[in-house]
Amino acid sequence: MSQVSMRKGLRSLILRDVKGAARQGTGGLQAVIFFAVVITLVPFGLGPDTDLLNRIAPGMIWIALVLSSLLTLDRLFQVDFEDGTFDLLTLSPIPLEVIVLAKCLSHWLTNALPLLLVTPLLGILLNIDLSALGMVLVTLVIGTPALTFIGAIGAALTVGVRRGGLLIALLIMPLYVPVVIFAVGAVNSARLNIANGEGLIFTEPNLLFLAALSLFGLAIGPLAAAAGLRLNLS
Amino acid sequence: MIAMVPFSALANPHRFMSFSDRMLPWMGWLTALLLVTGFIWGLFFAPPDYQMGESARIMFVHVPSAWLSMFAYAVLAGASLMSLIWRHNLADMAAKSAAPLGAAFTFLGLVTGALWGQPMWGTFWEWDARPTSMLVLFFIYLGYIALWETIEDQQKAARAAAILAIVGSINAVIVKFSVDWWNTLHQPASLSRLDAPAMHWSFWVPLLICALGYTMLFLTLLFVRMRTEVMRNRIRRLRMKQVGA
Amino acid sequence: MSEFLAMGGYAQFVWPAFMISILVLLGVTVLTMRSYRREQAMLASLEKKNDATAPAEY
Repeated sequence: MSQVSMRKGLRSLILRDVKGAARQGTGGLQAVIFFAVVITLVPFGLGPDTDLLNRIAPGMIWIALVLSSLLTLDRLFQVDFEDGTFDLLTLSPIPLEVIVLAKCLSHWLTNALPLLLVTPLLGILLNIDLSALGMVLVTLVIGTPALTFIGAIGAALTVGVRRGGLLIALLIMPLYVPVVIFAVGAVNSARLNIANGEGLIFTEPNLLFLAALSLFGLAIGPLAAAAGLRLNLS
Repeated sequence: MIAMVPFSALANPHRFMSFSDRMLPWMGWLTALLLVTGFIWGLFFAPPDYQMGESARIMFVHVPSAWLSMFAYAVLAGASLMSLIWRHNLADMAAKSAAPLGAAFTFLGLVTGALWGQPMWGTFWEWDARPTSMLVLFFIYLGYIALWETIEDQQKAARAAAILAIVGSINAVIVKFSVDWWNTLHQPASLSRLDAPAMHWSFWVPLLICALGYTMLFLTLLFVRMRTEVMRNRIRRLRMKQVGA
Repeated sequence: MSEFLAMGGYAQFVWPAFMISILVLLGVTVLTMRSYRREQAMLASLEKKNDATAPAEY
């Protein structure tokens, strides 16, 4: 298959998904609302002490993000699987792995991007300091691809299961642990760096590991997800 | 000793059934012998540790459980790899059978670890690298078992579970590394893990016996579960034949 | 004897550890054997119903 037609095919796939999500407005909005709900509940659970909130803000943001992610993952392949679109897509000359990649990209655009945009507002609720917020956003940009690609594996394996959402959460949770560790680690060490007057260091090890996880997700995610989809489609 | 295992016996279900049929009585008795000897020795005859006193005896149930939780996963992952490469039905059954056993050992490892941690370090739970990794491993087992249970078509479930097992194995390495890393970030080295001084033979011999006993128990139950799966398969086929007839 | 049971003051940790271990290990064994026997019985009854000349299929 020629390069041009594959790129065109990908683009049309992504556009279709993004347009569909924008029309329905469910996925991304749901994630954002859930994100906001979790963050808002935090002070009620932990008390309004602004120092405490400030300290835990990066961690809470990432936890809320992961939970919101889990919420939207079961819809990643479900709709197209159920209405037969995937059966048709497998007939196309575009490899399934590339199709999965396209789906992950559109999922990121419709779910992760809105979450990213709302983060500064919610960070203010938790009294986050500006430098930490900056680093949180950086980790979000670098780390959310990992969440999407790794999540796709869980979504693909359980696509035939009714109400597979909770199962996905159970399957994916161990895979998300390293992402959270490195993301929050990056923010905390950025705080230390700034306190020491060194400024934001972008070659900081936590960030590098986080980027490695995203790249790793990019490499393995579509592969494993396509394998999972294939066995569910057969 | 590995060479003594006739791998051909494990290659197809039929051979496996006859092989396990012969081996299981021996395995069962050996298991019972090792466990009874190990427990009694550990409880009654091993001397109390001079640092930790009688609480050190918990090691006889904690260390074997922890060891088996990892060994079971190794078996699970190895079988899943074989399943993906050679499409062996028996490999799927081995992986499926190993999971609940591994989960049980992991659970025991966590509980006995907590009971050991309290007298030793003053707290039931410590987000130390090893207990944390074991907790994550427990979730990995639960997810794997849930996948088998939720997907109705057993062939599909086998494929999906195999993929999950391989991904989980890669992840286990990453998790171990990241949790170690995370631990050094958060623990200001206040926790001094009592580096076990060279253990006296009166201690590590019963420990070894217990570990061997646990291993034999795992292998015995694994074989029994695999036989159960083979029978389930036959039942399914017979039922389909009878419906078709 | 009571000294043994007291386990040098650690009784509340040592005995539960051993008891839970024995309980869980026994429990897993019992459950394993039970489903084994169940499938064995079901297979036996199915095979009796089945044509006796049909070869055993695994």
